[in-house]
Amino acid sequence: MTTRIVELRRGILKKNDELAAGLRQRFTAAGVLVVNLVSSPGTGKTALLERTLRDLRTRGLRVAALVGDLETDNDARRLAASGAPVRQINTHGICHLEAEMVGKHLEGWELGGLDYLFIENVGNLVCPSSYDLGERIRVVLLSVTEGEDKPLKYPTMFNSADAAVITKMDIAEPCGFDRALALKNINEIRPGIRVFETSAKTGSGMEEWLDYLVEERGLER
Amino acid sequence: MHELSIISSVVDSVMESLAAYPGARVKEVRLRVGALAAVVEDSLQFCYGIATEDTPLAGSVLVVKTLPVRVHCVPCGQDVEIESLQSFRCPVCGEPAADLRQGRELEIESIEIEEAEEAVGP
Ligand SMILES: Nc1nc2c(ncn2[C@@H]2O[C@H](COP(=O)(O)OP(=O)(O)OP(=O)(O)O)[C@@H](O)[C@H]2O)c(=O)[nH]1
Ligand SMILES: [Mg+2]
Ligand SMILES: [Zn+2]
Ligand SMILES: [Zn+2]
Repeated sequence: MTTRIVELRRGILKKNDELAAGLRQRFTAAGVLVVNLVSSPGTGKTALLERTLRDLRTRGLRVAALVGDLETDNDARRLAASGAPVRQINTHGICHLEAEMVGKHLEGWELGGLDYLFIENVGNLVCPSSYDLGERIRVVLLSVTEGEDKPLKYPTMFNSADAAVITKMDIAEPCGFDRALALKNINEIRPGIRVFETSAKTGSGMEEWLDYLVEERGLER
Repeated sequence: MHELSIISSVVDSVMESLAAYPGARVKEVRLRVGALAAVVEDSLQFCYGIATEDTPLAGSVLVVKTLPVRVHCVPCGQDVEIESLQSFRCPVCGEPAADLRQGRELEIESIEIEEAEEAVGP
């Protein structure tokens, strides 16, 4: 018997990373801005997207969405009401989306005919951070009801985000939401990140969020 | 169960590499995991035991090397290790540091194998 050390130096998620890199190339070539939305369950991803899809369409932009869900098609139906093309990715119990699932669900879609593609990830603040989906922008959502210290408890997710949205601002006061503390915590984990404060109920803060999306799309060209 | 899917990829990957060493048995698998990779070592170890059953990896040791988070500090002009995952600041000058240089790794570094007598490595 001889013992031998074999150097591998291989990324464990290499397969996902390669598929994601391929998707990113396709998205860039097609000129579609892809946004991956991540948060805890119930933070308001679908609610923010419902308004975002509707409002971008009103501005004459072409949008579509992929929505990951463990078991139901509720979110996909809510989003489809905006009139935008929407596809549901049923993960059958897997708690995050992977690049392969995204790739499969794009079949038959003319990406060149889109300005934006939104991907609503499965509600989970842990593993979606490890799976690149080929997105240009990763947006993490935090609602006023879930505690200002969420960024400190989930530094991996907040650190990997390109922008953050504080949702449910309409109920910030009754919830005793400490806005300054939440902003400080987000910045402690991801210094300099853009933060938006929205309410999907009243529409407050939507303009700024939409302007950001339009600006980012400008950079794409 | 994020750790289980990670361990399954590790096992698949090691099995692929073993194709070059027919009859070899795995003694040790070494991973490099960044402190910001969002995986828990206990959970990796637990899943490893289950996922390697009835494979050439059965009974092997999983060694997890944790890499600290390093960021580039612009004012100091150097890479520094942050002191806490709750604060991305340079420990030298105290300035916020957003430029991550190490800490998200999720890699198989190497494996230690025991080759069968007559086998000749590539
Ligand atoms: N008051 C208020 N409630 C909101 C707002 N946004 C979402 N909600 C409510 O919060 C609950 C969850 O919202 P969703 O949009 O389904 O959350 P989600 O993040 O998509 O949830 P999952 O997909 O299950 O992870 C629903 O009852 C929404 O009506 C908001 O801006 N204000
Ligand atoms: Mg939803
Ligand atoms: Zn998961
Ligand atoms: Zn410094």
